Amino acid sequence: MTTTHRIAGHNRIRVRHALVALAVAASGPLAAQGTGADTARNIAASCTGCHGTGGVSAGTVVSLAGQPKDDLLAKLQEFKAGKRSGTIMPQLAKGYTDEQIDLAAGWFAAQRSPK
Amino acid sequence: MKMRASGVPRREFLRALGAAGLAVAASGGCATIGRSGSAGRVVVVGGGYGGATAAKYLNLWSDGTVDVTLVEANANFVSCPLSNLVLGGSKQIADLTMGYDGLARRGIKVVRDSAVSVDSENRIVRLAGGGELRYDRLILSPGIDFLYKMVPGLDNPEAQAKVLHAWKAGPQTVALRQQLLAMPEGGVYAISIPRAPYRCPPGPYERACQVAWYFKRAKPRAKVLVLDGNEDVVSKKGLFTKAWNEEYKGIVEYRPNHVLTDVDVRTLTAKFETADDVKADVLNVIPPHGAGNIAAQAGVITANNRWCEVDFLSFESIKVKNIHVLGDAIQVAPLMPKSGHMANQHGKVAAAAVLAALKGQPVNPAPVLNNTCYSFITDRDVVHVASVHQYDREKKTLLTVPGSVGLSPAMNPLEGEYAFAWARNIWADALA
Repeated sequence: MTTTHRIAGHNRIRVRHALVALAVAASGPLAAQGTGADTARNIAASCTGCHGTGGVSAGTVVSLAGQPKDDLLAKLQEFKAGKRSGTIMPQLAKGYTDEQIDLAAGWFAAQRSPK
Repeated sequence: MKMRASGVPRREFLRALGAAGLAVAASGGCATIGRSGSAGRVVVVGGGYGGATAAKYLNLWSDGTVDVTLVEANANFVSCPLSNLVLGGSKQIADLTMGYDGLARRGIKVVRDSAVSVDSENRIVRLAGGGELRYDRLILSPGIDFLYKMVPGLDNPEAQAKVLHAWKAGPQTVALRQQLLAMPEGGVYAISIPRAPYRCPPGPYERACQVAWYFKRAKPRAKVLVLDGNEDVVSKKGLFTKAWNEEYKGIVEYRPNHVLTDVDVRTLTAKFETADDVKADVLNVIPPHGAGNIAAQAGVITANNRWCEVDFLSFESIKVKNIHVLGDAIQVAPLMPKSGHMANQHGKVAAAAVLAALKGQPVNPAPVLNNTCYSFITDRDVVHVASVHQYDREKKTLLTVPGSVGLSPAMNPLEGEYAFAWARNIWADALA
């Protein structure tokens, strides 16, 4: 729901689009989880049983916190497409939609990386 | 759904946000102001994988503004996952035991007591110690209790101290290990598995492997008898069967269709619906079970007199408002196992739903959960089963995504490493 309309220095249309977006966010299927940030947070939380709270892992499982979004996205999409070997990730990645993968990758990228 | 705010004059954008925010609040319709003056009061009963995780995430996601009380009868969390390694002897129970001090440090009130009843009308939980806790939302993560009435010979404490379940990790696990150590060379260990659904589908078969691993080294003439109440191996069949035919050839014997009807505790004899009696030197019975007793007290058991049906968007009981149920106690969605990992995921969906409800916001309409379950064949070789569960709006349940469901091709030590790493992270995810 991105809008780039611009009418001769006029912002009204863009504001209207923002309102429409918010209205959809409030009633629509995906974003009605309070805020968009919660949507990403909730999806990412399904990963943290293995990868650690906030994506900070204590052991062999990789930390996701603070990893560049593009890297995470590329790896997850490779797992999903069967182009990257692994143990459980080639399966789990197939269970998430592209939108969910994008949101989770963005959320982990925004977390503070482990010291 | 991305929304770009850049370029919109700040004042107008904020006004837009405010209007939409009001609309959301109005449509939520169930805002509850915490009677304590905080952002709300939540009581969580049961500090296992589900309850501890829910308590932590309520605290984490509300920045400590929601008043969270965790009621747990035991002083420590003892992990069921990995506890079969204690029976094999490669781990000690202390390796799987952790305190609740991490949650207390977060500001969660940890109350060591048992919940004995729930007054859902007035939203009060009553404790065995005489205390009362008021709640805006109650989360029950009561685990399981055994239906000893279905095994009359075990329906007394003396019998239960002799024929162990070890299906709640802790003293029973240690006691069963002692029985295995004391068993004569050339003796028989028999495990009785109840009909599905039961806690931890692959657990009994992993246990057979771990006991066999111990016998192979310490008592090579001893036998493991798997007496399954089901028609066939319930989980990871090919992988376990391969282990019994190869790694543990001559030690493990699998017998399907062994529905237990009673136990003669004096002679350690198990009796079945149709199969012949089995006498063992160590008899390990996992009795049929259902949701923990407090679920019955709260009136949330709705399926087969055993399990609690929930709305999978929020894990709220379908019967009693403001009570959410997690973990092994629920009536599961299709292909959803009763596992610790799954309970961790339930805890987070419930925490998000409770926080949304307390703020008067709509519930997440598209929760996604996953399961990851490792089973130890030896002390280091492991196999997995994993799956992803997405909410289906038409069927109003969680369904597995094709392609996400699957197993290890064979046991391997790399997944042994991952299994220990998983444990470390999921324990911290619940308790730190």
